[in-house]
Amino acid sequence: MVERHFDDELAKLNTHIVKMAALTEEAIYRSIEALKNRDKDLAKDVIEADKKIDELENMVDDAAVRLLAIRQPVADELRFVTTAVKINTDLERIADLAVNISQRVLTLADEPLLKPLIDIPKLSEAAREMVKKAIDSFINRNEDLAKEVIFTDPEINRLKNAIQDELVNDYMAKDLKTVPRAVQLLLVARHLERMCDHATNIAEDVIFMVGAHVVKHRKIED
Amino acid sequence: MSDIKIRVREFNFYYGQDKALKDVNIDIHRNRVLGIIGPSGCGKSTFLRSLNRMNDVILGSRYEGLIELDGQDIFGPKMDVVDIRRKIGMVFQKSNPFPKTIFENVAYGLKINGIRDKSYITGRVEESLKGAALWGEVKDRLGDSAFDLSGGQQQRLCIARALAIKPEILLMDEPASALDPTATLKIEELIQDLKKKYTIIIVTHNMQQAARISDFTAFFMLGELIEHDETGKIFTSPSKKITEDYITGRFG
Repeated sequence: MVERHFDDELAKLNTHIVKMAALTEEAIYRSIEALKNRDKDLAKDVIEADKKIDELENMVDDAAVRLLAIRQPVADELRFVTTAVKINTDLERIADLAVNISQRVLTLADEPLLKPLIDIPKLSEAAREMVKKAIDSFINRNEDLAKEVIFTDPEINRLKNAIQDELVNDYMAKDLKTVPRAVQLLLVARHLERMCDHATNIAEDVIFMVGAHVVKHRKIED
Repeated sequence: MSDIKIRVREFNFYYGQDKALKDVNIDIHRNRVLGIIGPSGCGKSTFLRSLNRMNDVILGSRYEGLIELDGQDIFGPKMDVVDIRRKIGMVFQKSNPFPKTIFENVAYGLKINGIRDKSYITGRVEESLKGAALWGEVKDRLGDSAFDLSGGQQQRLCIARALAIKPEILLMDEPASALDPTATLKIEELIQDLKKKYTIIIVTHNMQQAARISDFTAFFMLGELIEHDETGKIFTSPSKKITEDYITGRFG
């Protein structure tokens, strides 16, 4: 095979994405810990650290556009660069959702606990696992792992709906004083569900990148 | 009318004992641009020259298989090779205008085909130069020598010369490789216009050019047609790994 400077440039772009993914995973983990432990300081750290992720997003976009303009990649390399741009956006949005969760913590930590948190930590663990798997499928170029992520999504939706039903029917409907706290918890559940949606997007893009199969907006075979 | 202008089946070509093309099977679509790519020596130009039987003049060469033009075997006993070469015009890498005036270069093909009507010839010359996007630049100097033109203009003159005898197909062997970027762009734009009237087959070493201007791309290697598909498919997700390795520059 021919040695090309282009290979170094592709590797650099890949490294940026991997770094971005690592920071995003860390943001998810810390925001969930802040929620579980009602830790305002940790929540503030997550919010502050988001600036680094935003900078990295700009770097990835810039590197990808330069590659497209200068190298005009084709075939698998074109699919990698365009997927990198899309995944970049999804990772940045996941990190923003971690910020949103941290902002809920800042509000909730000053109030008494509405109820023992059981299902939300379950959902948050499932979300964290799903995002990690999606990222791993990208790093390892693993289509099968990406498909596993996509098949997990319906279960996440069921869990989120169960949380929503409990908060609305067992708390908000019965006692209006619980509404402000319940709404914050509803938003947390929504943020976690959106993280999973972005993980699904990443997985769909990985399937396209690896095998040139378009599964977005389509039913895929098990 | 069939969508397929040229059909090639199990085509083999030999230079003496050397098998230069091996079992080539391809359908070439009417009014489309087919880009032929592949490393040096892969048989691209040999294939191109087979289509208008230019290879007939090479001593010791022989062929096997079938090439059909509109359903008729071009090697058939009743086929007139001159008529084939009239229907299938060719433009070469290095422009080769005749040592004549601009007008005479384009009129030459008509005259040797026995056309004497001066007004008809004048009309065809103008039409052909317009077809080659050159008329505006030369209409006031048709009596000048063709060698007074720039490289890009000479190449367009050669295209006009090919168009004058009303071909159905244009074969182009790296038509822009000796030209600067501006002239290259003009040739590429011209090809996009010409395909409305003609079927075009172009050999090119320039991958980006093949991607820009061809509707279909055929990848040759070591005399074999490895892959042939819509250009968008070839350059986003080729079926064969070796095609992918070549078009990305990982080998070749």
